Formats: sequence, C-alpha cells, structure tokens
Amino acid sequence: MADTVTATPAQQIPPKRPYWTERRRSQLTAYTFISPFFLLFAIFGLYPILFTIYLSFFKWDALGPMKYVGFKNYELITGDPTFWISFSNTLIMALMGTVPQLILALFVAVMLNSAMNRFKNTFRIFYFMPNITSIVAVTLVFSTMFGNNGMVNWILNSFGLDSVPFNSGWWGVKIAISTMVMWRWMGYNAIIFLSGLQSIPTDIYEAARIDGATRGQQLIYITLPLLRPFILFVTLVSTIGALQLFTEPYVFLGQSGTGSTRQEGVTMVTYLYNEAFKNGFFGTAAATAVLLLFATILFSLLNMMLSSRMGGDTGGGKA
Amino acid sequence: MSTVALRRKKPDEPGMIAKFFFYLALIIGAIVSIFPFYWMFVVATNDKDAAFQMPPLLAPGLEFFDNFSRVLERTEFFRALINSVVVSSAVTVSVVFLCTLAGYAFAKYEFPLKKVLFVFVIGTMLVPAQLSVLPQYVIMAKLHWIDSYKALIVPAMVNAFGIFWMRQYISSAVHSELIEAGRIDGGGHFRIFWNIAIPVVTPAMATLGILNFMNVWNDFFWPLVVLKNKENYTIQIALQQLFTNKDGLDFGMIMSATFTATLPLLIVFLLFSRWVIAGLTSGAIKS
Repeated sequence: MADTVTATPAQQIPPKRPYWTERRRSQLTAYTFISPFFLLFAIFGLYPILFTIYLSFFKWDALGPMKYVGFKNYELITGDPTFWISFSNTLIMALMGTVPQLILALFVAVMLNSAMNRFKNTFRIFYFMPNITSIVAVTLVFSTMFGNNGMVNWILNSFGLDSVPFNSGWWGVKIAISTMVMWRWMGYNAIIFLSGLQSIPTDIYEAARIDGATRGQQLIYITLPLLRPFILFVTLVSTIGALQLFTEPYVFLGQSGTGSTRQEGVTMVTYLYNEAFKNGFFGTAAATAVLLLFATILFSLLNMMLSSRMGGDTGGGKA
Repeated sequence: MSTVALRRKKPDEPGMIAKFFFYLALIIGAIVSIFPFYWMFVVATNDKDAAFQMPPLLAPGLEFFDNFSRVLERTEFFRALINSVVVSSAVTVSVVFLCTLAGYAFAKYEFPLKKVLFVFVIGTMLVPAQLSVLPQYVIMAKLHWIDSYKALIVPAMVNAFGIFWMRQYISSAVHSELIEAGRIDGGGHFRIFWNIAIPVVTPAMATLGILNFMNVWNDFFWPLVVLKNKENYTIQIALQQLFTNKDGLDFGMIMSATFTATLPLLIVFLLFSRWVIAGLTSGAIKS
C-alpha cells in the first residue's frame, strides 16, 4: 500500500508540508472504498483456494488432526472408477448441453436482430424468462416431464418412438440434464449474442449489400467475425459453468432418496460434494477440486485456442 | 442497446412466406421458453397424478390450495420463504452499497495500482466458486457460523460483477466536475459520494439490486453445504427436500411449492425486465 511520492512538479516549497496531502488523503479514501472486496476475497476466495491445494496433500476429516500423505489422495481418486465416470459424465454433458445450445442461441440472436422482427422486446423477454428460474425449480419442472410416463415419452410414443428411461438410463439421464441446462441458458446466451449483433454498425451491411453480398455471405463474412469476442466470452463462461454442473444432477437424481452418486449422472462437483460432506474425506475432495481447477484452466485455454484459430487473425472487438 | 430498431427497409423486403416461417420459428422458441412455467402452474393446480396423464393435461385445475396444504404439512414453507427474503435482502443491501462504493473509487479516483487491482477484480469472476467450498466450510465451522445466516451473508457481501457494473455506470454518469465542485466547497469524500454520486446512479444500483436478489434467492450449492437445520433452510433447499421424500412423488404438491417460490421472481422480472436484461448482459459487453 506504500505509495511512492510521484514526482510533483516543483512549485511552491512550503516551509512545512503536512504528511496528509490532499492527494494522499484521496488515495487512502479510494483504498478504503475498495478494501471490503479485497478483504472478503482474501478470506473467502484466495485463502480457500490456496488451502484447497494444501489440503489435497493431507488426510483429513475436517475434525481431527491433519495427516500429510503426499500424493496419496490423487492416487486414491484417480484409482476410483467413479471419479473417472464423473469426469467423463461432466465432459459429455458439457458437450451435450453447450454445443447445440450455443448454435441455437446464435440462430435465435440473428433472428431476434433481424429487421423482419417487429416484436424485438417482447421476444427478448420471453426468451430470457427461463434464466430467472432457480436451477432447483427448473430441475423439478423437467422431472415431471422426463418421468417414465411423462410428457416427453408421450411425445416420443406419439411419433412411434420407444420410451426412454430418462431418470435411469445412461443416456436418458444425460439427455434430461442437458435439456435442463439448455433450457435455462439458451435464451440468456442469445440475448448476449443479440447485444453483440447490435454493436455491429449497420453501414457495413449496407456496403456489403451494394457489393452484392447475399444474406448468407453477410452472415459468414461480417456477422460471425465481428461477433467473435462475444462468442469467445459466451463459450468460455458456458464451459466453466458446464464443468461445475452440480445442482441439476443432484436434485434430479436425488429423488426417492437414493443419493446422488448414481453413475448415470455423477459429475465432478457431485463427486467432490459427496467425498467431503457425505463421506468426510476432505483430502480426496480437495484433490478433486484441484483436478477440477486444472480441467477448468485446460478447457478455457483450449477454448481460446480453438476460437482464435477459427476467427482468423484480427479480433474485431474492442476491449 | 437503446438504438431504435431499423424499421424502414424497402429494397429486399422479404415475402409473406419467409415472414410466416420466420415468425413461426420465433414463436415456437418463445413457447418452448415459457411452456414450463405454464406447465408448473397446470400441475400445481391439478390433482396428484396430473403430471403423468396420458395425453398430458394442459388446462389448469382447482386443486392448488389442496396441493399447497400438503406442502405445509411437510416443510416449513413460509419459514423458508422468509429465510430467503431475509438473506437475499441483507446480501443485496450490502452488495449494492459496497459495490457502489468500490465502483465509485475505481471510476473517479486516481491511486497507485488502480488498473492492476481492477483487472484483478474482473479476473476473480472467472474463478469457479465451488473450488473454495471446502476451506470456506472449515472457516464457517471455526467461526461457529454453520447453520447461521451469517455463513450465507458475509462471504457474499460484495462481489466483482457489482463493482464492474457500478464502475462502468459511474464513469459515464457522474461528472468529475461535480465532484471537484463538491471538493472545493469542502465536502468530505464520503459526503460527496453520498450526496452527489448516489442520487445520479440509483438506476444502476436498482438493477444491481434486482440481479443480486435473484442470484441469492436462487443459490443452492452453498446453502446446501452450510445449512443443517430444517428451520434455517432457504426456499431452494426446502424445495429440494420436498423432492427427496421417499413416499411416492407427489408432483401436485411439489409444483405448487415450486410455483409459489418462482412467482415473486417472475413478477419482479416482468416489471423490470428491461433493466434486468441490460444488467445481466453487460458482463459480456466488456470482454
């Protein structure tokens, strides 16, 4: 916090200058104003992350003494098939819930932004509504639809398809959960894309049209490149969110009290939660958290690399 | 965001058929978005097995109070509702105040390391919160805050998004000359903040307040970890508990509770939708 006196232009040389100059005082005020955030983050954000890493090398039940075990926790969880199932489940559901969702969101955004659309605000509100519902509520509502005799199976049957066991099948559970994720976030992401689309100046399209570009060409050569920063942001946030999937599977599979490590839907965070708060193994839970952190960083980087390759060299967006 | 939609467009005016399919697609999407809300209401107002009728039942019934009375038998629903109101309000008041204060400092003060600190604040938004849940739990246990509202309120009292959002707004809405003038008149730093800045930025504060209230209201993971006692459950935990009951799933009952818990937010959203949407999407504009 020590602020070096930044070279003040040599003006008057007062005989005795008080330490608390106007500038110092206002700097101190600013630090005071921002301090609550840094204080709380230090206690409830930074320290916990560091402590999680530390904890991952210890055996601990949150009550008794901690015992250093080296990499044992990591060996334990990587030797546990349930962990790998949770890992692959998380990735599969991240793909199933995110990829179609973002493509759909992009389409919806382009349509909402179209000059043809006379009811932009109304549609915007409708598409956004799912996002205000709590995940618990979303999961409960969709549980009624995805029941064995529920509406979705009725629709499938009426198209001559077989019923899918949505709350017990390997794929059924994943489809149900991905649908919940998609429903809650598609509109939200569409609205973000929409605000990106609205930031593209219309005269670019004007010029393209004069040059004879078709609608499709305009989409590929103007809209998508200029939307790149938004796509990057949305993909990044969705990926991070998808890796932390917890509430949907926890609530959806928690019905009838069977616990939530059921293999069809166990995710990394569910695994972590169970290790710590059901089994009392804080060490292995911490190791899971650390691996989750690595996965998060890895996929974020992968994301950025992929989208920078796709988008060509010039990022069209402003900071 | 406030640009008026370009309405007039003579040259390649799309034909009727294109228009029809365009609106058809938009309307189907809108129906998919709002149908679950309606379905919630339908199941909540019909008897126990309405969710599994075989062509699905699509008309609301009259059983709502019957269903809801079964909710009251099983959980302290209103207690949970009040808990949620208390926690969400406390967090929101604190978040709005502290984020405005910090946003104001980042927008209107010059101090060493300002840029770095601000980038740091933004960066914390990308750290998955669930990573720190174990030590947070331990801290709460040490402080004897398990099962207390303090565990829900204190860590959430200020957040990075709020600071970012308020800084953006204050930068453009509060004129530095006003602050200078206040300084010359001898106003203290906090006085100026309170009397000059706050009145100008109340719209942004309101938006932040609504968003934050919704977030805290909907939070599930952290309350699930720190709340043990039934009386302290927030509404989301109470809802989940209804679903866990073993003796057959009574969806009429569950949906009547879900509907009641969702309705307040739905009303707030519909009243302030413009602000809410502007606030929620602003995070993306930045990056």
